[in-house]
Amino acid sequence: MPIKSVEEILSEQPFLAGLDEKSRHLVGGCGRNARFAAGDYLFHEGESADLFYLIRQGRVALEVKAPGKGAIVFSTHGEGEIVGVSWLVPPYRWSYDARALEPVSAVSIDAACLRRKCEADHDLGYEMMKRFMPVLVDRLQATRLQFLDVYGPGA
Amino acid sequence: MALAPDPVSAVADPMTPTASRVLGRRRESPNVWTLEIDAAGLPAPTPGQFCMLTVFGVGESAISVSGLRTRPARLVHTIRAVGPTSRALAALRPGAAVGLRGPFGAGWPMVAAEGRDVVILAGGLGLAPLRPVLRGLVARRARYGRISLFYGTRSPADILYRRELERLREWLDLDIEVTVDHAGPEWRGHVGVVTNLLSRATLDPGRSIAFVCGPEIMMRFAVAALKDAGLADADIHLSLERNMRCAVGHCGHCQLGPVFVCRDGPVFSYDRVAALLGRKEL
Repeated sequence: MPIKSVEEILSEQPFLAGLDEKSRHLVGGCGRNARFAAGDYLFHEGESADLFYLIRQGRVALEVKAPGKGAIVFSTHGEGEIVGVSWLVPPYRWSYDARALEPVSAVSIDAACLRRKCEADHDLGYEMMKRFMPVLVDRLQATRLQFLDVYGPGA
Repeated sequence: MALAPDPVSAVADPMTPTASRVLGRRRESPNVWTLEIDAAGLPAPTPGQFCMLTVFGVGESAISVSGLRTRPARLVHTIRAVGPTSRALAALRPGAAVGLRGPFGAGWPMVAAEGRDVVILAGGLGLAPLRPVLRGLVARRARYGRISLFYGTRSPADILYRRELERLREWLDLDIEVTVDHAGPEWRGHVGVVTNLLSRATLDPGRSIAFVCGPEIMMRFAVAALKDAGLADADIHLSLERNMRCAVGHCGHCQLGPVFVCRDGPVFSYDRVAALLGRKEL
């Protein structure tokens, strides 16, 4: 079976649907394939957010550690979804851990590389923002609902 | 001009509880219990209806029917112990006396769902009134298209009817996805809001009919997600709960604008109640 280039893989991702060839080439130039076994960490809280992942297969849990409670999973993400948004804004630092729940295949994008290209090419930067803003808004809405604890005893 | 017959008249003396007995009790989650109650001689409920359950000397509460057994006739109710009456109900042991009125209200449109894909969205205890739907769909599987259940709850410990859901997922051609708001590292399933499950699914909006039940905030988000997926307002059905007291549309406690939830609902199509949901005044 022929091995696909990162650019070809990215062209199949709904997250980048509609991106023109030039922009896809620019993004692809910052990407590489990544694989994780179940239980592997994609990144840890406090580390530098110097990349993000586009998940091709498998599922990833985002979690925080709470004193006396261990790890609490607050979100899971799978095929076609983005893991990691802290690379978008300073100080570019992860505020949670990301752990593979099952074998994960992904494309990792070098954040410094993409930020640099977005600064140089604002059309690319705008296309990236148009794709990341809905992700951020959806996650904010979801967080609000979780924060309201609508299934809790007082609801 | 003659008045239209009152839909509650089919129930003999609907304001007087029938004295019955608890026949079974099972714990579903830390504060949720399922009771089986002797229903001999009572009308059989349709999916989505509710009964008024009384603990004598304590109080009465509206509880959705979460199942029905026919031999012998038993009503199944799932109760979350949160207030004085629901705590007393949940504490009833087999053999204990319980008062029963009902069943009441308009249920889920099972006939209208025939020939269509059925999407069920449940949140928390909202799975209880949808369990008879799921069982009804499974019992007459050939009459329906694709069947999907998306269920969100607080944590893995709060998942209702866990074994039943696992069995259905394993043996029948149903799409069943469960998500929780938060979990420990041992949980292998989804974490996040129930609408995320919907956004990952492939729906055929022209063929689909949706049944939604859960906290009102969750239902508003669920309706928005279903509309985003292309479903028409008339194809989205919600079960509302509004302080039901008399259960026959007389006392007005459950009034929501022009409708009485107990008598006209609790199940409504969204086009009928869209303007009434999320309004602070109501």
